[in-house]
Amino acid sequence: MVSGLALLAAAAGYAAGVVTVHRRGGWWPGRRVVYWAAGLVLAAAATLRPAAGHAHHDLAGHMTGHLLLGMAAPLLLVLAAPVTLALRALPVRRARTLARVLRSGPVHVLTHPLTAATLNAGGLWLLYTTDLYPAMAGHDWLRTAVHVHIVAAGYLFTAAMVGVDPDPRRPARPVRAIILIAFLAAHGILAKFLYGHPPAGVPAADAQAGAELMYYGGDLVDLALIAVFCRQWYDATGPARRGPRVPASRPVRPLWRLPKDIGADGEALPRSG
Amino acid sequence: MSSAPARNVVSGVLLGVGVAGFVDETVFHQLLHWHHFYDKSTPAAGLVSDGVFHAVSWFATVAALFLLADLRRRAAFRATPWWGGLLVGAGGFQLYDGTLQHKVMRLHQIRYDVDVTPYDWTWNILAAVMIVAGAVLLARSRGRAG
Repeated sequence: MVSGLALLAAAAGYAAGVVTVHRRGGWWPGRRVVYWAAGLVLAAAATLRPAAGHAHHDLAGHMTGHLLLGMAAPLLLVLAAPVTLALRALPVRRARTLARVLRSGPVHVLTHPLTAATLNAGGLWLLYTTDLYPAMAGHDWLRTAVHVHIVAAGYLFTAAMVGVDPDPRRPARPVRAIILIAFLAAHGILAKFLYGHPPAGVPAADAQAGAELMYYGGDLVDLALIAVFCRQWYDATGPARRGPRVPASRPVRPLWRLPKDIGADGEALPRSG
Repeated sequence: MSSAPARNVVSGVLLGVGVAGFVDETVFHQLLHWHHFYDKSTPAAGLVSDGVFHAVSWFATVAALFLLADLRRRAAFRATPWWGGLLVGAGGFQLYDGTLQHKVMRLHQIRYDVDVTPYDWTWNILAAVMIVAGAVLLARSRGRAG
């Protein structure tokens, strides 16, 4: 119920943003709208019934949810660039406030790949190696909290790795590559560890199915994440950087336009890719 | 990594490591089931080293292919150093796995419940052959100045 409302709000908010940008004479890539919608569909598949009902009972079902909610959905949502959309669509004063918040120290620390990777992998280790996992079955609020953490940490980590939203202080790609590899290793090690050390109350066969799903399913999503990461690196280092990807047949319009007085803030946050 | 010949070697080595890791995973784990997904006798060090090497080879595979695409768009691809790098990468990974991981650290073995001696020799000799062949290609490409 709660997650259904949150998903609806996320869909409505994004749609309102796109409409506002268009109304101002700007342009928003349809590709990103598709990413956002697909990300929300995956998140819905993981949190709404019947998948969620299934996930209460076995670890393999829960792992499907984890792969969708914590890894696949965040990748799509990050590529939809919701922060950039908000900066373009919000009224000037609010957009400035948002830009200021994004540049602040705490946000910088929180969105640093090292913090994000620790929150993401650390949360999973805590969930499966303490009594948190069995406790989740008995408390609705705890399950909701865990879901919120999984999707938030997954989003934060993915944004730190391949985010297309402005982040002027994002570390260099070699640093991010090392952190990404370390995270992939932590995920794989945890999956194998679970195979032999099931969380309390999980039968061995169920734990083994869940662990293999986490390992090989994780590999698949990681492959997509690595491919996006390398593709961005490839695009950024081309011998002749391409211009904006607007088909020649389409009338050339500015990518976005805002009231003049926001100019300074908008420029202070260059798009990075 | 700045010069084109060096980048050819780097791309080859990365793909070699990636392919060796991938073959190990698909053929020996998934098709033949010679390795176990998780072995109760596996020490923690084995679990960690497995995880790290799996992550490295997974990333290396994709990175190597994008590096190859980059060389091609710059018209800087050279087959000889690239294949030399690939063979050295794959052979080096396999030799490391067969000597240090299997024998020195005793993390896991190629097979279980059989005499592993012939498997070990086959595994490591194949690795050595790949390294020598790769080294020959690398030397030859250097002789021709890239």
